Amino acid sequence: MKPGHGEVLIAEGDVELRADELRLMEAFRQQLDEGMWAAVPVTEPAGHRQAELVSAFEDIPSNTDRVIFFPRAAGGAR
Amino acid sequence: MLVALVVTALVVIALLSDLLVPRLGEQWERHRARRQRVPTMPYDPGRERRAEQRARALLRSCVNEEEWSMYRDLGFIRVWGSQKDGPEIARADATGGAAYGYLVYPHKPIVAFLAQTHRLLNEYCVTFPDETRPYGSARLPDSDDVLAKWMALTGDERRLIATANMHLPGRQVDPAQVKRDLWRLSQWERARLRAAGGQAAESKSTFSP
Repeated sequence: MKPGHGEVLIAEGDVELRADELRLMEAFRQQLDEGMWAAVPVTEPAGHRQAELVSAFEDIPSNTDRVIFFPRAAGGAR
Repeated sequence: MLVALVVTALVVIALLSDLLVPRLGEQWERHRARRQRVPTMPYDPGRERRAEQRARALLRSCVNEEEWSMYRDLGFIRVWGSQKDGPEIARADATGGAAYGYLVYPHKPIVAFLAQTHRLLNEYCVTFPDETRPYGSARLPDSDDVLAKWMALTGDERRLIATANMHLPGRQVDPAQVKRDLWRLSQWERARLRAAGGQAAESKSTFSP
């Protein structure tokens, strides 16, 4: 998610392919370095939906098809 | 006599030129700057609308059907709290184990409330600024702001609440409005239940012998 633009595709690829995986890892690291949070939407067996915040590429569930980056939360008006 | 006047005029001009020439030069530069064409980014009136449409599609793909319908129909999403003692464990007004939830509005503080009594607990003011543009960050589209809050709340509620600036209810969101929204939500849920019950009865009668 990019302020002023909404959803922007950063990178896509197949983690089964080594070259794609490296590229995705690099994109993931770069987003986190820029201060973004990474979240993976997950659906529990009962159908309940929630997000998992991940801070390392290895923590991304293997069955997920996307990672959403959004600006890090900050305290609003005091 | 004439010669004397001409000489005097020349002397006066020579003396004033030190003052006048820089001023005239400055005026000329200003005139040129005013007339110069400044390249401007053409305003795209559809950009924000397209961004919001994409954001709505993304939100819809992440939350469940009930939450999406809630946002579409009411303009906010309710997220149930998962902390045993409420959002503020250390506070005296901890919920004591009672169920609580949050109302998530676009670009407004998150409002915590008790599920049973609808008593408002706190407002949590949180933003998602663009760190790469600290002096002129545009806002996330409305639906992206809701999704970011939803992801942060369901992903790590404690972290988000610790990050937010907490206020008593009424600081930014009118408590009467929140109460009305909670009432609208209860009415909306009843209507959905009735509709679901009606559909179930209909399908039962369809399959009955």
